[in-house]
Amino acid sequence: MSATRKPMAALRKALWDENPGLVALLGLCPLLAVTSTFVNGLGLGIATILVLTCSNMLVSASRKWLRPEIRIPIYVLIIASLVTCVELLFSAYFPALDRSLGIFIPLIVTNCAIIARAEIFASKNPVTPSIIDGIGMGAGFALLLCTIGAFRELVGQGTILSRLDMFIGGDPIAGFLVFDSGFLLAILPPGAFFSLALAVAAKNTIDRRRKRAAGFRLSI
Amino acid sequence: MTSGADDNSTQAPIWSSGVILAVIAAVCTTLVALTYSLTEARIAANDRAWLEQSLQPALTGVVYDNNLLGSTLVIPLPHELPGNEPILVYRALLGNTPVAALFVVSALDGFSGPIKLLIGIDDTGAITAVRVLKHRETPGLGDFIDSSKSDWIDQFEQKSLSAPDRALWALRRDGGKLDQVTGASITSRAVVKAVKETLLYFEANRETVFAMHNSDTTDAAE
Repeated sequence: MSATRKPMAALRKALWDENPGLVALLGLCPLLAVTSTFVNGLGLGIATILVLTCSNMLVSASRKWLRPEIRIPIYVLIIASLVTCVELLFSAYFPALDRSLGIFIPLIVTNCAIIARAEIFASKNPVTPSIIDGIGMGAGFALLLCTIGAFRELVGQGTILSRLDMFIGGDPIAGFLVFDSGFLLAILPPGAFFSLALAVAAKNTIDRRRKRAAGFRLSI
Repeated sequence: MTSGADDNSTQAPIWSSGVILAVIAAVCTTLVALTYSLTEARIAANDRAWLEQSLQPALTGVVYDNNLLGSTLVIPLPHELPGNEPILVYRALLGNTPVAALFVVSALDGFSGPIKLLIGIDDTGAITAVRVLKHRETPGLGDFIDSSKSDWIDQFEQKSLSAPDRALWALRRDGGKLDQVTGASITSRAVVKAVKETLLYFEANRETVFAMHNSDTTDAAE
């Protein structure tokens, strides 16, 4: 595996080339549901990074004992306990965010991106690359959550960083008002699909341009 | 798979798989237990702060002048209120006259998990407001009970056992007078039932709830 040797290449792959949300389109349920604001996206993103990194670490550490017939129950055990821990930590340290994300934190259990990384990567690689893979894939997912959250918030209600107080504490923060009266559709569920489609299209366009540019360079 | 790491993997006995599963389960359980004991106190404090923050908005239209946190009452089990825990009641006073009571109850027959409700009732037996403190209902379907998601819960304001008549304290689809949300009648029904039971309890036990001698600040100080 090239990823074992080059952590930077692995990160690049996770953040862009094989982004679990943009390319593999995994974990769409939370992605579409919670990204109504940037802060919500960031909250779920951080929770996902935590779970994915720790689950990759634990799965990789126990890979010597993973047998094909019991590996799925083991993944489920590990992921479910980690999600419970993260849920407890969130409701202890970010209660407002926990209320806002509601059941979507426990639902991280069902994010197929996590079990996919356990099966595809962590169960076959040593601990350090697995941790790097977890951080990278988690960050790739979180970045997408934040981008879509920020976009929907800006278009939908015309603000940036509203309710940042859910992270840093203190009084409710309305956020920076960019323009009045947003385009409500962006906040509603269809807006989530449109935003994701735009993000995927943008990524594909950038990739194609790059490929074409590389092709020109070769022909010269 | 794991590239020959396990030497006798060709036909490993089934009991060894069981042992591996048990060990991993034990490790995971320890992890959760540790996190729980680490966060328990903070979570309880957060829940309490959230409850105290919700008290005042649940008393819409009530004029009172006491410190709500200083006038509480705990109704021990068994009781006829919704929920399987002792019920915490806050009382609002004007001068020394009780004007309203706030019940912290749990509707247990929701779609998933208990729905923790804060129900305010004034001295005439009319509801001041109902607020959901905690719930696990399905997002986008059962979460309309949350006042930040929809104004469904506001329909209880000013209602009492005489308006509408107590026989009509049910969802419209059950022949009553209260609005349900289509596709989420289990959630709607659970909340309506809990509110009705609380009203019935208040009607029957008004004197106990408002009795002042067993309330004192030391109760709530803890």
